[in-house]
Amino acid sequence: MRNLVILGAGTAGTMMANHLISKLPKKEWKITIVDQYETHYYQPGFLFLPFDIYTTKQVKKKGSKFIPKDVRYIQEKIELIEPEKNVVQLEKSGELAYDILIVATGTKIAPEEIDGMAGPEWYKSIFDFYTYEGAKALRNKLREWEGGKLVVHITEMPIKCPVAPLEFAFLADSYFKNKGMRDKVDITYVTPLGGAFTKPKATKALHHLLEEKGIKEVTDFNIERVDYENKKIIDYADIEIEYDLLVTVPTNIGDALIERSGMGDDLNFVPTDKATLQTKDYENIFAIGDATNLPASKAGSVAHFEAEILEENILRYIKGEPLKAEFDGHANCFIETGGGKALLIDFNYNHEPVEGTFPFPGIGPLNLLKESRMNHMGKMAFRWIYWNMLIKGISIPFVSAKMSEKGKHLEETV
Amino acid sequence: MKKLIANREIDVNEEGYLLDFKQWDREICECIAGECNVVMTEKHWEVIAYLQDKHHKEEPLSIRGIKRSGVINIKEFYNLFPGGPLKKSTLIAGIPKPKSCI
Repeated sequence: MRNLVILGAGTAGTMMANHLISKLPKKEWKITIVDQYETHYYQPGFLFLPFDIYTTKQVKKKGSKFIPKDVRYIQEKIELIEPEKNVVQLEKSGELAYDILIVATGTKIAPEEIDGMAGPEWYKSIFDFYTYEGAKALRNKLREWEGGKLVVHITEMPIKCPVAPLEFAFLADSYFKNKGMRDKVDITYVTPLGGAFTKPKATKALHHLLEEKGIKEVTDFNIERVDYENKKIIDYADIEIEYDLLVTVPTNIGDALIERSGMGDDLNFVPTDKATLQTKDYENIFAIGDATNLPASKAGSVAHFEAEILEENILRYIKGEPLKAEFDGHANCFIETGGGKALLIDFNYNHEPVEGTFPFPGIGPLNLLKESRMNHMGKMAFRWIYWNMLIKGISIPFVSAKMSEKGKHLEETV
Repeated sequence: MKKLIANREIDVNEEGYLLDFKQWDREICECIAGECNVVMTEKHWEVIAYLQDKHHKEEPLSIRGIKRSGVINIKEFYNLFPGGPLKKSTLIAGIPKPKSCI
Protein backbone atom coordinates (compact mmCIF):
# COMPACT_ATOMS: atom_id res chain seq x y z
CA MET A 1 0.00 0.00 0.00
CA ARG A 2 1.35 3.40 -0.95
CA ASN A 3 0.47 6.74 0.60
CA LEU A 4 -0.52 10.02 -0.94
CA VAL A 5 -0.76 12.78 1.66
CA ILE A 6 -2.39 16.17 1.14
CA LEU A 7 -1.55 18.95 3.58
CA GLY A 8 -4.36 21.47 3.94
CA ALA A 9 -8.09 20.98 3.38
CA GLY A 10 -8.85 24.40 1.94
CA THR A 11 -10.02 25.01 -1.62
CA ALA A 12 -7.01 23.41 -3.35
CA GLY A 13 -6.48 20.47 -0.96
CA THR A 14 -10.15 19.51 -0.87
CA MET A 15 -10.34 19.61 -4.68
CA MET A 16 -7.28 17.38 -4.99
CA ALA A 17 -8.76 14.80 -2.59
CA ASN A 18 -11.91 14.73 -4.70
CA HIS A 19 -10.00 14.55 -7.96
CA LEU A 20 -7.67 11.76 -6.95
CA ILE A 21 -9.99 9.45 -5.05
CA SER A 22 -11.66 8.24 -8.22
CA LYS A 23 -8.39 7.99 -10.14
CA LEU A 24 -6.04 6.10 -7.82
CA PRO A 25 -6.69 2.35 -7.38
CA LYS A 26 -7.93 1.83 -3.80
CA LYS A 27 -6.03 -1.41 -3.39
CA GLU A 28 -2.73 0.32 -4.05
CA TRP A 29 -3.14 3.85 -2.74
CA LYS A 30 -4.31 5.33 0.53
CA ILE A 31 -5.12 9.05 0.41
CA THR A 32 -4.85 11.10 3.60
CA ILE A 33 -5.66 14.78 4.06
CA VAL A 34 -4.53 16.76 7.11
CA ASP A 35 -5.87 20.08 8.34
CA GLN A 36 -6.01 21.46 11.87
CA TYR A 37 -9.23 23.43 11.39
CA GLU A 38 -12.75 22.09 11.51
CA THR A 39 -14.35 24.82 9.41
CA HIS A 40 -14.11 25.27 5.64
CA TYR A 41 -14.68 28.92 4.74
CA TYR A 42 -16.04 30.26 1.47
CA GLN A 43 -13.31 32.87 1.29
CA PRO A 44 -14.77 34.94 -1.59
CA GLY A 45 -17.65 35.60 0.80
CA PHE A 46 -15.40 37.55 3.17
CA LEU A 47 -15.75 40.45 0.73
CA PHE A 48 -19.52 40.56 1.24
CA LEU A 49 -19.69 39.88 4.96
CA PRO A 50 -18.63 43.42 6.05
CA PHE A 51 -21.48 44.93 4.03
CA ASP A 52 -24.17 42.61 5.38
CA ILE A 53 -24.67 41.12 1.90
CA TYR A 54 -23.79 37.65 3.16
CA THR A 55 -24.45 36.27 6.62
CA THR A 56 -21.81 34.45 8.64
CA LYS A 57 -23.66 31.19 8.00
CA GLN A 58 -23.32 31.54 4.23
CA VAL A 59 -19.54 31.56 4.31
CA LYS A 60 -18.70 28.56 6.51
CA LYS A 61 -19.40 24.87 6.63
CA LYS A 62 -17.89 21.86 8.31
CA GLY A 63 -14.80 20.87 6.29
CA SER A 64 -15.25 17.10 6.66
CA LYS A 65 -18.50 17.31 4.63
CA PHE A 66 -16.49 17.87 1.48
CA ILE A 67 -13.89 15.16 1.93
CA PRO A 68 -14.76 11.87 0.16
CA LYS A 69 -15.45 9.05 2.62
CA ASP A 70 -12.63 6.88 1.33
CA VAL A 71 -10.11 9.58 2.10
CA ARG A 72 -8.66 9.52 5.62
CA TYR A 73 -9.21 12.95 7.19
CA ILE A 74 -6.95 13.89 10.09
CA GLN A 75 -7.87 17.05 11.95
CA GLU A 76 -4.59 17.89 13.59
CA LYS A 77 -1.79 20.43 13.54
CA ILE A 78 1.14 19.63 11.25
CA GLU A 79 4.43 20.17 13.06
CA LEU A 80 6.97 19.53 10.32
CA ILE A 81 7.60 18.18 6.84
CA GLU A 82 10.81 16.14 6.61
CA PRO A 83 11.29 15.85 2.85
CA GLU A 84 14.54 13.91 3.10
CA LYS A 85 12.78 11.19 5.11
CA ASN A 86 9.45 11.34 3.25
CA VAL A 87 7.52 11.87 6.46
CA VAL A 88 5.30 14.50 8.00
CA GLN A 89 5.26 15.02 11.78
CA LEU A 90 1.81 15.54 13.27
CA GLU A 91 1.19 17.12 16.65
CA LYS A 92 -0.56 14.16 18.30
CA SER A 93 -0.28 11.09 16.12
CA GLY A 94 3.38 11.58 15.27
CA GLU A 95 4.95 10.36 12.07
CA LEU A 96 2.96 10.07 8.84
CA ALA A 97 4.88 8.58 5.91
CA TYR A 98 4.16 9.47 2.28
CA ASP A 99 5.17 8.37 -1.19
CA ILE A 100 3.70 11.49 -2.74
CA LEU A 101 3.02 14.73 -0.89
CA ILE A 102 0.78 17.58 -2.03
CA VAL A 103 1.32 20.87 -0.20
CA ALA A 104 -1.86 22.94 -0.15
CA THR A 105 -1.35 24.96 3.01
CA GLY A 106 -2.37 28.29 1.49
CA THR A 107 -1.47 31.79 2.58
CA LYS A 108 -2.16 33.82 5.69
CA ILE A 109 -2.12 37.48 6.58
CA ALA A 110 0.79 38.77 8.66
CA PRO A 111 -0.17 42.21 10.03
CA GLU A 112 2.75 41.97 12.50
CA GLU A 113 5.11 42.58 9.54
CA ILE A 114 4.27 46.31 9.65
CA ASP A 115 4.96 48.40 12.74
CA GLY A 116 1.81 49.60 14.43
CA MET A 117 -0.61 47.56 12.31
CA ALA A 118 -1.41 44.68 14.66
CA GLY A 119 -1.18 46.97 17.70
CA PRO A 120 -3.83 48.24 20.11
CA GLU A 121 -6.03 49.60 17.31
CA TRP A 122 -6.32 46.23 15.49
CA TYR A 123 -10.04 45.56 15.04
CA LYS A 124 -10.83 48.99 16.52
CA SER A 125 -9.87 51.41 13.74
CA ILE A 126 -7.67 49.03 11.69
CA PHE A 127 -9.22 45.98 10.03
CA ASP A 128 -8.52 43.24 7.53
CA PHE A 129 -11.24 41.44 5.59
CA TYR A 130 -9.14 38.42 4.55
CA THR A 131 -10.08 36.41 7.63
CA TYR A 132 -13.47 35.43 9.00
CA GLU A 133 -12.70 37.26 12.25
CA GLY A 134 -11.58 40.41 10.44
CA ALA A 135 -14.54 40.51 8.05
CA LYS A 136 -17.00 40.00 10.91
CA ALA A 137 -15.36 42.63 13.15
CA LEU A 138 -15.44 45.05 10.21
CA ARG A 139 -19.12 44.35 9.60
CA ASN A 140 -19.88 45.30 13.20
CA LYS A 141 -17.79 48.45 12.89
CA LEU A 142 -19.45 49.54 9.61
CA ARG A 143 -22.92 49.05 11.06
CA GLU A 144 -22.29 51.85 13.55
CA TRP A 145 -19.65 53.95 11.78
CA GLU A 146 -20.71 57.56 11.29
CA GLY A 147 -18.32 58.38 8.47
CA GLY A 148 -14.98 60.04 7.92
CA LYS A 149 -11.89 59.00 6.01
CA LEU A 150 -11.98 55.41 4.82
CA VAL A 151 -8.64 54.17 3.50
CA VAL A 152 -8.57 50.86 1.61
CA HIS A 153 -4.97 49.72 1.52
CA ILE A 154 -2.67 46.99 0.17
CA THR A 155 0.55 46.46 2.11
CA GLU A 156 2.66 44.57 -0.45
CA MET A 157 2.31 42.11 -3.32
CA PRO A 158 1.60 39.29 -3.85
CA ILE A 159 -1.79 39.02 -2.16
CA LYS A 160 -4.60 36.53 -2.37
CA CYS A 161 -7.20 37.73 -4.87
CA PRO A 162 -5.55 40.97 -6.05
CA VAL A 163 -8.90 42.43 -7.12
CA ALA A 164 -10.58 42.06 -3.72
CA PRO A 165 -9.39 45.38 -2.26
CA LEU A 166 -10.74 47.20 -5.33
CA GLU A 167 -14.03 45.39 -5.01
CA PHE A 168 -14.09 46.41 -1.36
CA ALA A 169 -13.70 50.07 -2.34
CA PHE A 170 -16.49 49.77 -4.97
CA LEU A 171 -18.84 48.01 -2.58
CA ALA A 172 -18.10 50.56 0.15
CA ASP A 173 -19.19 53.30 -2.27
CA SER A 174 -22.51 51.48 -2.88
CA TYR A 175 -22.98 50.64 0.80
CA PHE A 176 -22.65 54.22 1.98
CA LYS A 177 -24.84 55.48 -0.88
CA ASN A 178 -27.56 53.06 0.17
CA LYS A 179 -27.25 54.21 3.76
CA GLY A 180 -27.64 57.80 2.56
CA MET A 181 -24.27 58.83 3.97
CA ARG A 182 -21.91 58.74 0.99
CA ASP A 183 -21.29 62.49 1.43
CA LYS A 184 -19.94 61.81 4.92
CA VAL A 185 -17.38 59.27 3.69
CA ASP A 186 -14.17 60.04 1.90
CA ILE A 187 -12.78 56.87 0.23
CA THR A 188 -9.11 56.55 -0.76
CA TYR A 189 -7.56 53.51 -2.44
CA VAL A 190 -3.87 53.09 -1.59
CA THR A 191 -1.65 50.60 -3.41
CA PRO A 192 2.07 49.79 -3.74
CA LEU A 193 1.49 49.17 -7.45
CA GLY A 194 1.82 51.82 -10.13
CA GLY A 195 -1.91 51.61 -10.88
CA ALA A 196 -5.21 50.10 -9.79
CA PHE A 197 -4.33 46.57 -10.93
CA THR A 198 -1.37 44.48 -12.02
CA LYS A 199 -2.21 44.33 -15.74
CA PRO A 200 -2.35 47.44 -17.98
CA LYS A 201 -5.73 47.06 -19.78
CA ALA A 202 -7.62 46.11 -16.64
CA THR A 203 -5.88 48.95 -14.77
CA LYS A 204 -7.30 51.44 -17.28
CA ALA A 205 -10.84 50.13 -16.93
CA LEU A 206 -10.62 49.98 -13.16
CA HIS A 207 -9.06 53.42 -12.85
CA HIS A 208 -11.99 54.80 -14.79
CA LEU A 209 -14.43 53.14 -12.39
CA LEU A 210 -12.63 54.51 -9.33
CA GLU A 211 -12.86 57.99 -10.81
CA GLU A 212 -16.52 57.60 -11.66
CA LYS A 213 -17.29 56.61 -8.07
CA GLY A 214 -15.31 59.47 -6.55
CA ILE A 215 -12.72 57.17 -4.99
CA LYS A 216 -9.27 58.73 -4.69
CA GLU A 217 -6.28 56.70 -5.80
CA VAL A 218 -2.79 56.78 -4.29
CA THR A 219 -0.26 54.59 -6.15
CA ASP A 220 3.37 53.54 -5.53
CA PHE A 221 2.80 53.71 -1.78
CA ASN A 222 5.14 51.35 0.06
CA ILE A 223 4.06 51.42 3.68
CA GLU A 224 6.69 51.66 6.39
CA ARG A 225 4.49 51.93 9.48
CA VAL A 226 1.09 52.73 10.89
CA ASP A 227 1.00 55.65 13.31
CA TYR A 228 -2.09 54.37 15.06
CA GLU A 229 -2.07 57.16 17.68
CA ASN A 230 -2.40 59.87 15.06
CA LYS A 231 -4.29 57.62 12.62
CA LYS A 232 -1.89 57.87 9.69
CA ILE A 233 -0.13 55.43 7.40
CA ILE A 234 3.37 56.46 6.42
CA ASP A 235 5.45 55.17 3.52
CA TYR A 236 9.21 55.00 2.97
CA ALA A 237 9.15 58.28 1.05
CA ASP A 238 7.55 59.90 4.15
CA ILE A 239 4.20 60.36 2.45
CA GLU A 240 1.44 60.36 5.06
CA ILE A 241 -2.20 59.42 4.57
CA GLU A 242 -4.71 60.09 7.32
CA TYR A 243 -7.56 57.73 8.07
CA ASP A 244 -10.42 57.32 10.47
CA LEU A 245 -11.01 53.75 9.36
CA LEU A 246 -8.18 51.74 7.81
CA VAL A 247 -9.12 48.60 5.90
CA THR A 248 -5.84 46.98 4.96
CA VAL A 249 -4.66 43.86 3.22
CA PRO A 250 -1.63 42.93 5.33
CA THR A 251 1.44 41.15 3.94
CA ASN A 252 0.47 37.66 2.73
CA ILE A 253 2.81 34.85 3.72
CA GLY A 254 2.77 31.10 3.38
CA ASP A 255 2.03 28.90 6.38
CA ALA A 256 4.59 28.89 9.22
CA LEU A 257 4.89 25.12 8.65
CA ILE A 258 6.72 25.83 5.40
CA GLU A 259 9.23 28.03 7.20
CA ARG A 260 9.70 25.49 10.00
CA SER A 261 10.37 22.82 7.39
CA GLY A 262 12.86 25.02 5.53
CA MET A 263 10.92 24.73 2.29
CA GLY A 264 9.90 28.32 1.55
CA ASP A 265 11.15 31.52 -0.07
CA ASP A 266 11.26 34.98 1.60
CA LEU A 267 7.51 34.89 2.06
CA ASN A 268 7.22 31.18 2.99
CA PHE A 269 5.88 30.26 -0.43
CA VAL A 270 7.09 26.96 -1.86
CA PRO A 271 9.30 27.25 -4.98
CA THR A 272 7.29 25.33 -7.57
CA ASP A 273 7.59 24.69 -11.31
CA LYS A 274 5.06 27.06 -12.85
CA ALA A 275 4.03 24.59 -15.56
CA THR A 276 4.09 21.15 -13.89
CA LEU A 277 3.40 22.13 -10.22
CA GLN A 278 6.19 19.87 -9.01
CA THR A 279 8.25 21.53 -6.27
CA LYS A 280 11.69 22.61 -7.38
CA ASP A 281 13.54 20.72 -4.65
CA TYR A 282 11.73 17.38 -4.31
CA GLU A 283 10.34 15.31 -7.15
CA ASN A 284 7.72 13.52 -5.03
CA ILE A 285 6.38 16.76 -3.54
CA PHE A 286 3.88 18.86 -5.47
CA ALA A 287 2.33 22.18 -4.48
CA ILE A 288 -0.95 23.80 -5.44
CA GLY A 289 -2.94 26.97 -4.82
CA ASP A 290 -1.83 29.88 -2.67
CA ALA A 291 1.03 27.90 -1.08
CA THR A 292 3.15 28.05 -4.26
CA ASN A 293 5.38 30.86 -5.50
CA LEU A 294 3.82 30.73 -8.98
CA PRO A 295 3.60 34.06 -10.82
CA ALA A 296 -0.16 33.60 -11.11
CA SER A 297 -2.97 35.10 -9.05
CA LYS A 298 -3.59 33.57 -5.66
CA ALA A 299 -7.23 32.73 -6.21
CA GLY A 300 -9.69 29.88 -6.03
CA SER A 301 -10.17 29.85 -9.80
CA VAL A 302 -6.43 29.40 -10.26
CA ALA A 303 -6.37 26.52 -7.76
CA HIS A 304 -9.31 24.99 -9.64
CA PHE A 305 -7.50 25.10 -12.99
CA GLU A 306 -4.27 23.90 -11.38
CA ALA A 307 -6.08 20.92 -9.85
CA GLU A 308 -6.95 19.51 -13.27
CA ILE A 309 -3.33 19.83 -14.39
CA LEU A 310 -1.92 18.42 -11.15
CA GLU A 311 -4.24 15.41 -11.25
CA GLU A 312 -2.85 14.48 -14.67
CA ASN A 313 0.76 15.05 -13.63
CA ILE A 314 0.44 12.95 -10.49
CA LEU A 315 -0.97 10.07 -12.51
CA ARG A 316 1.95 10.43 -14.92
CA TYR A 317 4.45 10.61 -12.06
CA ILE A 318 3.08 7.36 -10.61
CA LYS A 319 3.49 5.64 -13.98
CA GLY A 320 7.04 7.00 -14.26
CA GLU A 321 6.13 9.11 -17.29
CA PRO A 322 7.36 12.67 -17.93
CA LEU A 323 5.15 15.41 -16.45
CA LYS A 324 3.50 16.62 -19.60
CA ALA A 325 0.59 18.63 -18.38
CA GLU A 326 1.43 22.31 -18.31
CA PHE A 327 -0.38 24.96 -16.32
CA ASP A 328 -0.67 28.24 -18.27
CA GLY A 329 -1.45 30.54 -15.33
CA HIS A 330 -5.16 30.69 -16.17
CA ALA A 331 -7.23 32.89 -13.82
CA ASN A 332 -10.87 33.87 -14.08
CA CYS A 333 -12.24 36.48 -11.70
CA PHE A 334 -15.45 38.37 -11.27
CA ILE A 335 -14.87 41.90 -10.04
CA GLU A 336 -17.81 43.25 -8.09
CA THR A 337 -18.21 46.94 -8.95
CA GLY A 338 -21.15 47.85 -6.73
CA GLY A 339 -24.76 48.70 -7.58
CA GLY A 340 -25.48 45.11 -8.61
CA LYS A 341 -22.91 45.03 -11.39
CA ALA A 342 -19.63 43.25 -11.97
CA LEU A 343 -16.78 42.88 -14.41
CA LEU A 344 -15.26 39.60 -15.49
CA ILE A 345 -11.59 39.07 -16.31
CA ASP A 346 -9.98 35.98 -17.85
CA PHE A 347 -6.21 35.82 -18.28
CA ASN A 348 -3.05 33.72 -17.96
CA TYR A 349 0.75 34.00 -17.73
CA ASN A 350 0.98 35.37 -21.27
CA HIS A 351 -2.24 37.22 -21.94
CA GLU A 352 -3.49 40.11 -19.86
CA PRO A 353 -7.26 40.57 -19.35
CA VAL A 354 -8.91 42.07 -22.44
CA GLU A 355 -12.43 42.77 -23.66
CA GLY A 356 -14.52 40.08 -25.29
CA THR A 357 -17.21 37.52 -24.48
CA PHE A 358 -17.15 34.48 -22.19
CA PRO A 359 -17.37 31.50 -22.22
CA PHE A 360 -18.86 31.36 -25.74
CA PRO A 361 -16.90 33.37 -28.33
CA GLY A 362 -19.02 36.22 -29.72
CA ILE A 363 -22.05 35.24 -27.64
CA GLY A 364 -21.23 35.45 -23.98
CA PRO A 365 -23.45 35.61 -21.99
CA LEU A 366 -20.74 37.18 -19.89
CA ASN A 367 -18.81 40.26 -20.99
CA LEU A 368 -15.11 40.52 -20.36
CA LEU A 369 -13.76 43.70 -18.80
CA LYS A 370 -17.15 45.45 -19.02
CA GLU A 371 -19.60 46.12 -16.23
CA SER A 372 -22.86 44.21 -16.43
CA ARG A 373 -25.64 42.81 -14.27
CA MET A 374 -25.12 39.40 -15.82
CA ASN A 375 -21.56 39.32 -14.52
CA HIS A 376 -22.85 40.18 -11.05
CA MET A 377 -25.32 37.31 -11.24
CA GLY A 378 -22.43 35.08 -12.24
CA LYS A 379 -20.55 36.13 -9.15
CA MET A 380 -23.53 35.49 -6.90
CA ALA A 381 -24.17 32.10 -8.50
CA PHE A 382 -20.58 31.23 -7.88
CA ARG A 383 -21.14 30.60 -4.17
CA TRP A 384 -23.45 27.72 -5.07
CA ILE A 385 -21.00 26.47 -7.70
CA TYR A 386 -18.21 26.61 -5.12
CA TRP A 387 -19.92 24.50 -2.47
CA ASN A 388 -21.60 22.10 -4.88
CA MET A 389 -19.18 21.69 -7.77
CA LEU A 390 -15.83 23.38 -7.45
CA ILE A 391 -14.41 21.88 -4.26
CA LYS A 392 -15.99 18.55 -5.06
CA GLY A 393 -13.82 18.46 -8.15
CA ILE A 394 -16.69 18.59 -10.65
CA SER A 395 -15.66 20.41 -13.82
CA ILE A 396 -17.47 23.63 -14.58
CA PRO A 397 -19.07 23.26 -18.04
CA PHE A 398 -17.46 25.22 -20.89
CA VAL A 399 -14.62 26.55 -18.73
CA SER A 400 -11.36 24.73 -19.41
CA ALA A 401 -8.20 24.58 -17.33
CA LYS A 402 -6.24 26.24 -20.12
CA MET A 403 -7.32 29.73 -21.10
CA SER A 404 -9.20 29.95 -24.38
CA GLU A 405 -8.08 32.68 -26.76
CA LYS A 406 -11.37 32.62 -28.65
CA GLY A 407 -13.82 35.50 -28.31
CA LYS A 408 -11.15 37.76 -26.88
CA HIS A 409 -9.76 40.97 -28.32
CA LEU A 410 -6.17 39.90 -27.91
CA GLU A 411 -3.61 42.28 -29.28
CA GLU A 412 -0.30 41.34 -27.86
CA THR A 413 1.39 39.01 -25.48
CA VAL A 414 2.74 40.45 -22.27
CA MET B 1 12.67 52.19 -30.36
CA LYS B 2 16.10 53.82 -30.40
CA LYS B 3 17.28 56.48 -28.01
CA LEU B 4 20.46 58.50 -28.14
CA ILE B 5 22.28 57.97 -24.84
CA ALA B 6 25.90 59.08 -24.43
CA ASN B 7 25.98 59.67 -28.21
CA ARG B 8 25.11 56.05 -28.91
CA GLU B 9 21.92 54.58 -30.32
CA ILE B 10 20.46 52.37 -27.59
CA ASP B 11 17.40 50.09 -27.89
CA VAL B 12 14.81 51.00 -25.28
CA ASN B 13 11.10 50.41 -24.67
CA GLU B 14 8.54 53.24 -24.54
CA GLU B 15 9.37 53.89 -20.88
CA GLY B 16 13.10 54.13 -21.59
CA TYR B 17 14.13 50.75 -20.16
CA LEU B 18 17.01 49.09 -21.99
CA LEU B 19 16.02 46.14 -24.16
CA ASP B 20 19.51 44.67 -24.45
CA PHE B 21 21.68 44.57 -21.35
CA LYS B 22 24.79 44.14 -23.54
CA GLN B 23 24.41 47.80 -24.51
CA TRP B 24 24.75 48.89 -20.89
CA ASP B 25 27.98 50.20 -19.43
CA ARG B 26 29.06 52.75 -16.83
CA GLU B 27 28.86 55.63 -19.26
CA ILE B 28 25.32 54.79 -20.33
CA CYS B 29 24.45 54.28 -16.69
CA GLU B 30 25.68 57.72 -15.65
CA CYS B 31 23.79 59.34 -18.49
CA ILE B 32 20.49 57.73 -17.54
CA ALA B 33 21.15 58.56 -13.88
CA GLY B 34 21.70 62.18 -14.87
CA GLU B 35 18.32 62.23 -16.64
CA CYS B 36 16.79 61.00 -13.37
CA ASN B 37 18.64 63.66 -11.36
CA VAL B 38 20.70 61.02 -9.62
CA VAL B 39 24.43 61.53 -9.12
CA MET B 40 26.11 58.15 -8.87
CA THR B 41 28.10 57.46 -5.70
CA GLU B 42 29.86 54.32 -4.53
CA LYS B 43 26.71 53.21 -2.71
CA HIS B 44 24.67 53.68 -5.90
CA TRP B 45 27.06 51.42 -7.80
CA GLU B 46 26.84 48.81 -5.09
CA VAL B 47 23.04 48.77 -5.29
CA ILE B 48 23.10 48.68 -9.10
CA ALA B 49 25.44 45.66 -9.00
CA TYR B 50 23.13 43.92 -6.53
CA LEU B 51 20.06 44.55 -8.73
CA GLN B 52 21.84 43.30 -11.85
CA ASP B 53 23.01 40.19 -10.04
CA LYS B 54 19.45 39.42 -8.88
CA HIS B 55 18.14 40.04 -12.38
CA HIS B 56 20.66 37.68 -13.97
CA LYS B 57 19.75 34.99 -11.47
CA GLU B 58 16.11 35.55 -12.47
CA GLU B 59 15.15 36.39 -8.90
CA PRO B 60 12.26 38.84 -8.70
CA LEU B 61 12.99 42.29 -7.31
CA SER B 62 10.82 43.75 -4.59
CA ILE B 63 10.98 46.27 -1.78
CA ARG B 64 10.94 43.32 0.66
CA GLY B 65 13.92 41.81 -1.12
CA ILE B 66 15.80 45.09 -0.66
CA LYS B 67 15.09 44.91 3.06
CA ARG B 68 16.76 41.50 3.22
CA SER B 69 19.53 42.26 0.73
CA GLY B 70 22.17 43.16 3.31
CA VAL B 71 23.33 45.83 0.83
CA ILE B 72 21.04 48.68 1.80
CA ASN B 73 17.98 49.37 3.92
CA ILE B 74 14.77 50.68 2.41
CA LYS B 75 15.10 54.18 3.82
CA GLU B 76 18.56 54.59 2.25
CA PHE B 77 17.25 53.09 -0.98
CA TYR B 78 14.59 55.84 -1.12
CA ASN B 79 17.25 58.46 -0.39
CA LEU B 80 19.53 57.23 -3.19
CA PHE B 81 16.77 56.98 -5.79
CA PRO B 82 14.08 59.44 -4.70
CA GLY B 83 10.52 58.87 -5.94
CA GLY B 84 9.92 55.27 -7.02
CA PRO B 85 13.33 53.76 -6.14
CA LEU B 86 12.78 50.36 -7.75
CA LYS B 87 11.60 51.86 -11.02
CA LYS B 88 14.44 54.37 -11.13
CA SER B 89 17.23 52.06 -10.01
CA THR B 90 16.30 49.35 -12.54
CA LEU B 91 16.12 51.96 -15.31
CA ILE B 92 19.64 53.10 -14.40
CA ALA B 93 20.86 49.51 -14.02
CA GLY B 94 19.76 48.71 -17.58
CA ILE B 95 17.42 45.89 -16.53
CA PRO B 96 13.64 45.56 -17.01
CA LYS B 97 11.22 47.37 -14.73
CA PRO B 98 10.18 44.87 -12.05
CA LYS B 99 6.84 43.35 -12.73
CA SER B 100 4.84 43.52 -9.58
CA CYS B 101 3.04 40.85 -11.64
CA ILE B 102 0.18 38.73 -10.44
